[in-house]
Amino acid sequence: MANIDTRPGRVRPAPENFLTDEQIAAVKDGRRDFLRKAFVTASAAMAVPAVARAAGEGDPAILNLPPWSTSLGQPVAANPYGMPSKYERGLQRRESPGLTRVGGSSVAFTPLQGLFGIITPSGLHFERHHQGWHDVDPSKHRLMINGLVKTNAVFTMDDIMRLPSVSRIHFIECGANTGMEWGNVAVPTVQYSHGMISCSEFTGVPLKEILDMCGADYKKGRFVLAEGADGSSMTRTIPMELIESGEVLVAYGMNGEMLRPENGYPLRLVVPGVQGVSWVKWLRRIEVGDKPWATKDEAVHYVDLMPDGLHRQYTSIQECKSVITTPSGGQLLLDKGFYNISGMAWSGRGKVTRVDVSTDGGINWRQARLETPVLSKAVTRFNIDWVWDGKPAILQSRAADETGYVQPSYGQLRKVRGTKSIYHNNAIQSWKVVESGEVSNVQVL
Amino acid sequence: MSRFSKTLIALLVAGAATSAMAFDRYQGIGRPATTAEVKAWDIDVRPDFVGLPKGSGNVDRGIELWETHCASCHGVFGESNEVFTPIVGGTTLKDIETGRVEALVTGSSPQRTTLMKVPTVSTLFDYIQRAMPWTAPKSLSPDDVYAILAYLLNLGEIVPADYVLSDENIREVQERMPNRNGMTTDHGMWPGASAAKGGIGNGGKPDVKNVACMKDCKKEVEIVSALPDYAQDAHGNLAEQNRPVGQTRGKQTGAPSEPAGDGKQSAAAATLALANEKGCMACHGVANKIIGPGYNEIAQKYQGQADAEAKLIAKVKNGGQGTWGAIPMPPQGHVADEDIKRLVEWILEGAKAQ
Ligand code: HEC
Ligand code: HEC
Repeated sequence: MANIDTRPGRVRPAPENFLTDEQIAAVKDGRRDFLRKAFVTASAAMAVPAVARAAGEGDPAILNLPPWSTSLGQPVAANPYGMPSKYERGLQRRESPGLTRVGGSSVAFTPLQGLFGIITPSGLHFERHHQGWHDVDPSKHRLMINGLVKTNAVFTMDDIMRLPSVSRIHFIECGANTGMEWGNVAVPTVQYSHGMISCSEFTGVPLKEILDMCGADYKKGRFVLAEGADGSSMTRTIPMELIESGEVLVAYGMNGEMLRPENGYPLRLVVPGVQGVSWVKWLRRIEVGDKPWATKDEAVHYVDLMPDGLHRQYTSIQECKSVITTPSGGQLLLDKGFYNISGMAWSGRGKVTRVDVSTDGGINWRQARLETPVLSKAVTRFNIDWVWDGKPAILQSRAADETGYVQPSYGQLRKVRGTKSIYHNNAIQSWKVVESGEVSNVQVL
Repeated sequence: MSRFSKTLIALLVAGAATSAMAFDRYQGIGRPATTAEVKAWDIDVRPDFVGLPKGSGNVDRGIELWETHCASCHGVFGESNEVFTPIVGGTTLKDIETGRVEALVTGSSPQRTTLMKVPTVSTLFDYIQRAMPWTAPKSLSPDDVYAILAYLLNLGEIVPADYVLSDENIREVQERMPNRNGMTTDHGMWPGASAAKGGIGNGGKPDVKNVACMKDCKKEVEIVSALPDYAQDAHGNLAEQNRPVGQTRGKQTGAPSEPAGDGKQSAAAATLALANEKGCMACHGVANKIIGPGYNEIAQKYQGQADAEAKLIAKVKNGGQGTWGAIPMPPQGHVADEDIKRLVEWILEGAKAQ
């Protein structure tokens, strides 16, 4: 089974090849017990592409009724908290070997290659911690507001969850997403090249409501410091303009349930359009001030090195970007013929207005379909038809947003920012397809 | 009493001291913070030194503290690249004069150290006070932080060896930070007001401009980079990182992992999780040394020794040094005895993830 050739452009093995000689003999003998065994090894069998054409009398998957059609299934609440099918276990958060040295200050990437639509399942939301994560006791969690306010104040989770809530869908992307690829191709798949983005529905209270309650001095206090309750007590400066817009949320809900511990349970800041580090997790304090703070993660990290040796400080917006998630690096096309090229696009400056796709490395482009909903500062799913003729191809996507900004090429981006910036790489991604159907990560200027 | 929430009572008590919050709409929600509460949490220090606590510390005291609390991860001279990137190195006396780190312009330093990048000395004070040592954050007194910072600055030749750093002279030190002129905010990626309007940056103007060309956009396609051969399987078997159905499969880039026997698998996975939870993995890799030896090295060393388990349980509990090198393992007394036993057994059995 392990030797079955999964390359495209060739005749598929007949269904008999799914079975061992012994099993074939068993079929001929009219014995069916092998089927039960086959069920046990079902996941292994599924690694082999299904056969489209019926051979002989027909497809055994149709002719031989499977156990799930001929036996009783499991009762309700067998899994009180439901989990994905066992056949989906390949799709997990993963670390990129060698990227970081210790797991407590590291990244686990979202498997974008297998996701649909715009919402990231909460269990697959990417992780980035600076000092490990904790499962914080919500009854002991507090939010303090201080600084340029009339009243320094404290809120419990009970308090915050009593306030009028809003629910909004937004993407969160780490500023260092695609950072390994600034100078050259470094990783094989879209999970590692782009997997520091997730998109969820967040539920919480606009921070403005809370600052209003405390009598914030909006005239003098044009900056806000957000601080976490973890060991790193992550701190970041947020502009008051964003908070006044009502977009910044003090959020406790994610995709209909509470935040996951890895994502800041029980409270995190949601700062739409801005890089993930500002979405402070385990949020414990908001201070209103008249100047930015130059915290460690805005003076030593999350600063973008330019070719002249200067670092750009306080770069926060995630500019318009897109990537094809299937077919993508490390995958195999099974055969010539029709494919649905699918990917995601987003912009920290508002709505995505169009996505163009090229299959010839950027010489010619076609406009892709944007699937609904198309929301501001959220992931938008795009799809476009493609008939693969079995010849080499280079797949690219290029998004544009409502400000008129068009996602740049590597050549354009490097001309201005060089290759050492680490942060904010939003260049057009290229996936090369060769005759064998193998897809791989390449860079085109 | 059930009609009166605890917060309301607290509010009545604390409310006497402070002006009322704008509760009109959200009655009964939130309460004023006490002075002690604000003091306990408001520890940030800004570049203009607002928030800086009073205190002082000298380089010698800094060396002592550094060797006890910091050197195991960052190296005696802040040079270590094992747990995190180096803190010290790559700056020159000339940089201290100009305020621009030349190695950032020439690209001559293999790595960017903390001192090469950080423009503001307040940043270091703030961060060490809130977050270090990594496994015991917020355990240092302000005087400790001054002393440790004095030592780090001395390693960078920013202050002399007999320096006493304090809240009174830290402004002078700021004038010697090697990269103090190395930052720019002239960009379009600040999401608030522009510098001209009291904010930061140019008001959101992007630095790169592309156009949505649709046809014959270029003559030819040049591939400038591809994944090198040696990196093909560096991320494991990609076939197992993709769905087994759909329009594509993952490429085989390594041996398929062994199918697991279920009971054993979850016990090992749970112990690995325990090792993570108890902080063992901050210092030990499964296969590699971090600060302490890799678990596989430990298993190998004690292979076939019947008394190894008891010995190692005691060692983990009480800490110690000398078996693997000069760096000590701190006592792990915060971990329950039965958990230590489980961890040691797991290590000796090969520290399997599944
Ligand atoms: C157990 C290992 C460990 C110990 C002990 C430790 N650190 Fe750290 N330190 C780290 C890690 C890991 C980071 C990176 C944290 C992050 O990713 O945000 C770090 C970051 C730092 C930084 C910021 C460097 C940069 O470029 O971002 C400074 C400064 C620092 N440590 C100083 C100290 C001092 C001072 C002590 C002793 C009081 C200390 N550390 C003890 C592991 C350690
Ligand atoms: C701050 C770093 C640190 C932490 C945290 C830590 N260790 Fe260690 N560990 C070390 C060092 C350093 C050594 C080597 C000591 C020596 O040379 O004698 C060591 C050695 C060991 C040894 C081998 C002892 C010997 O005598 O051969 C075992 C077993 C071990 N550690 C288990 C653990 C376990 C289990 C935990 C978590 C409960 C843990 N360690 C946490 C640093 C650490």
